[in-house]
Amino acid sequence: MSAARIPILKVGRVLIVPIQVDMDDQTVIHLQERILSELERTGARGVLIDISLLEMVDSFIGRMLSDIAAMARIMDARTVVVGMQPAVAITLVELGLELKGVETVLNVDEGFRLLRSEFDHEDNEEEQAYWGLSAIGKQDNRS
Amino acid sequence: MESKTIALEHNHDIAIARNEVRAIAAALGFRVLDQTRLATVASELARNIVKYGRGGRLIAQPTEDPNGRQALRLIFEDKGPGIPNIEEAMRDGFSTGRGLGKGLPGSKRLVDEFKIESIIGQGTRVTVLRWKA
Repeated sequence: MSAARIPILKVGRVLIVPIQVDMDDQTVIHLQERILSELERTGARGVLIDISLLEMVDSFIGRMLSDIAAMARIMDARTVVVGMQPAVAITLVELGLELKGVETVLNVDEGFRLLRSEFDHEDNEEEQAYWGLSAIGKQDNRS
Repeated sequence: MESKTIALEHNHDIAIARNEVRAIAAALGFRVLDQTRLATVASELARNIVKYGRGGRLIAQPTEDPNGRQALRLIFEDKGPGIPNIEEAMRDGFSTGRGLGKGLPGSKRLVDEFKIESIIGQGTRVTVLRWKA
């Protein structure tokens, strides 16, 4: 089983990370490293992690989300997790995971609004130039 | 439905185990929330075995009571060092390594029955069961 490659997209000053596959531990660790290096490389101010297709968040993935938020904060970026399925949310609470330091919202629109409120005026121009997502790295979803 | 045995030796077996358990729970007609609970328990306990138990296996065993009420039993076995103090390991926040701390007490809250047996030097067996709602 080869590790799935999760795309990291940049829209304006926000990195968008759509997690669309079940991730094994190696993929989780690799993704965390890639998000941080993309933050450094692009100077993005927000990270939006879409987990709407994730059918399960266990303690390992939960800790990854907390760690990304903490590390991103040190790099002056805010992290929002969007789209958690209700069954996943209930299970997380029962498991006793708090997702410390992670902001969660219901959908990508809300997530964007929240992140944009941080640096809205700074980059309208840049963003307009960006409609057309610019993909960073290879978006190779073959597994 | 017959029992299924899944080897837990390598990191990627953790993902295989949780996906198999979800598929079995779905085939048995468990609702989505219970599928998620069972898949999460499988992920937590399979990780314990791969990371701290030096490998082992998971047996997924559909079962039912005399009234025909269905359940899924998951048996996690390893031949690891064993857990010296089970009471302590079951306490929230206890951890002998990254990850194990939440694993046991958290997993217990996701199932209806939870049993842990351990013999030092021989291994650990965790048996969980969830009734179909």
